[in-house]
Amino acid sequence: MDFLLNITPWPAVSALLWIVLTVSALFFARLSAHRAIRAAANTLYVSLRFASRAVMQTEERLARRNRDVLLAAGREAKERIVEREFDRVNDTVRKDLANYSALHRALSESIARIEDDHRQAVDVPPEPPGWVKAIEAVAKIDAREGRVRVGNVLGDIHKSLVKAHQEAMHLYRASSGKRHALLRGMRPEWRRIQQTLDQVGKNVDSLLSRSVTIDRHMKEYEDIVRGQDRSVSVLSSSSLVYFFVSALVLMVAVGGATINFSLIARPMAEMVGGTSLIGGFRTADIAALVIIMVEISMGLFLMESLRITRLFPVISALPDKTRVRMVWITFSILFLLASVEAGLAFMREVLLQDELATSALLRGDDAATGLTGQYLWITTASQMGMGFILPFALTFVAIPLETFVHSLRTVVGLIAIGILRIISLSLRLLGNTCRYLGAFAVHLYDLPLFIPIWLTERNGPPGNRPGATCERGLAS
Amino acid sequence: MKILIVFAACLAITSCAPPQQTNTGVYMLLDTSGTYREELQKAEQIIRYTLSRLDAADTFAVARIDTASFSEKDIVAKASFVDRPSAINRQKRIFAEEISAFVDGVQSSPYTDITGGLLQAVEYLNEKNTGTKTILIFSDLQEDLKEGYVRDIRFDLDGFDVIALNVTKLRTDNIDPREYLGRLGEWQTKVEKSGGSWRVINDLDGLEKLL
Repeated sequence: MDFLLNITPWPAVSALLWIVLTVSALFFARLSAHRAIRAAANTLYVSLRFASRAVMQTEERLARRNRDVLLAAGREAKERIVEREFDRVNDTVRKDLANYSALHRALSESIARIEDDHRQAVDVPPEPPGWVKAIEAVAKIDAREGRVRVGNVLGDIHKSLVKAHQEAMHLYRASSGKRHALLRGMRPEWRRIQQTLDQVGKNVDSLLSRSVTIDRHMKEYEDIVRGQDRSVSVLSSSSLVYFFVSALVLMVAVGGATINFSLIARPMAEMVGGTSLIGGFRTADIAALVIIMVEISMGLFLMESLRITRLFPVISALPDKTRVRMVWITFSILFLLASVEAGLAFMREVLLQDELATSALLRGDDAATGLTGQYLWITTASQMGMGFILPFALTFVAIPLETFVHSLRTVVGLIAIGILRIISLSLRLLGNTCRYLGAFAVHLYDLPLFIPIWLTERNGPPGNRPGATCERGLAS
Repeated sequence: MKILIVFAACLAITSCAPPQQTNTGVYMLLDTSGTYREELQKAEQIIRYTLSRLDAADTFAVARIDTASFSEKDIVAKASFVDRPSAINRQKRIFAEEISAFVDGVQSSPYTDITGGLLQAVEYLNEKNTGTKTILIFSDLQEDLKEGYVRDIRFDLDGFDVIALNVTKLRTDNIDPREYLGRLGEWQTKVEKSGGSWRVINDLDGLEKLL
């Protein structure tokens, strides 16, 4: 440093000389320096923009794939729903409307019986009484036969009249009673017809409501097939909900599996030994874990064979006979494993009591050694029950697992899209920052050269001014 | 798929590696000389506590210190615990019963051969090849050898924990505590020079630190 200031006897003059020389050198190299700075900045800008565009394209491809996956999953789910609705319609038709001909015949017979009864129940007008003719005969009697005999005749007529009236009334009452009996007999028929018609009405209403549901699902299915944005949005949000719900249920299942593990790990040491290790883990623990895993696998296969889940297309595609056989085999294995677990749970309790008794003996606690507890069977039975039930309960893990696996694809896709967007945005931001840093560096370069630039601008032609060149460069 | 293969390979490699011994071997020496015999009730407590702490594949032996302790005959009870928890409990109960019977009927010995007992302990535990080797000495550490017995021998206590328990003060120690401290120091030097570690536990309420 001292050397630089000693090129003349006066340090200030030396410094001034150096400044003039440096500024001159920088001024003459200005154009090349500007180009170099701009080239470097532009290279970085273009490279980062290119990288950003590549990331964006990847993100678009991933978004398209995610959309396709969502639509495919939605389409499949809708197909299953529609298929199930059609199955239900089929069941209703087969169960309720298959005997429609019998129903129709029953209705026709009932109606025919009612018509017959109705015909027989028609009110018949009573016969005209016989005394009308007697009156006519009395009316023809003239005076020459005398009135005394007329009185007798009238008395006979009165008697006949009363008798005829009584007979007519009797007949009328009998026929009315018969009619009423017939009408009474028609009441159950009416009720039967009404009930039958109500049942038919209900079945038809059920079919109508099912058809409305099917229409709705079909419309949604068509929207999915057309790939409408609304459908994608609905499917995406549903997928997120399914993901979190199934994750929650799986966590509960993991808790259940952990309890199951603790039930069988200790007694498993009786079977495989308590000290041997595989890969740093106790063999007894690994064996207990394997049993639980096998149970879960059997549960998965059982659910697949029952066509409740569709994780393995091979199983669903099996012939029905083989599939039913598989149901029984997996169920039998599961049952055996559950029985083994119940036995192990019992063994665990026995071991625990044995260990407690030994500990009490070693502590010198004689009172505790004799403690057998009359209610001990409750905990033993509970443990055995849990050991037996938990494997079957774990079977149902297949359902949330299937949902989790399906929704995981979408969720992972969404997360990847988000990450790619952030990367792309960051690259663009970085590119623009490089570009403006280049412009800033150009201005920074010119800062110590303000005197020669000012002089050049003042004396040179307007188009050839260094400032103009710089502005042109920035604009480009 | 690749990850699974790598995982399986790692598992296979680790499972094929030579097994590292993790079991515990404990050898306890009981001083039966003179008045110290009266302290054996405490020793029984320690033995029971030790039994409760041991598990499958562990080894435990209790031997008496008498005139000539470098002998298998002095082993009062010994057990190498098997793999099955139910059998371990049975072994522990039998062990406790044997110790109890010994404590009830033990005869006082005229001499105290601690070094011989220690040699026997080293030999026994080396033979069992346990992961950790602990020798418990329940004694006042006052060695009293019969004439003609040679015990000026170098030990190899590398990897051994030697714990002196209930080191009671003798009447002479109260007169001159330097004797007691000298006795402790002498044993500590002997053990540490042989490559072992040395501890003294006199407070039997703090047995948690024992194993």
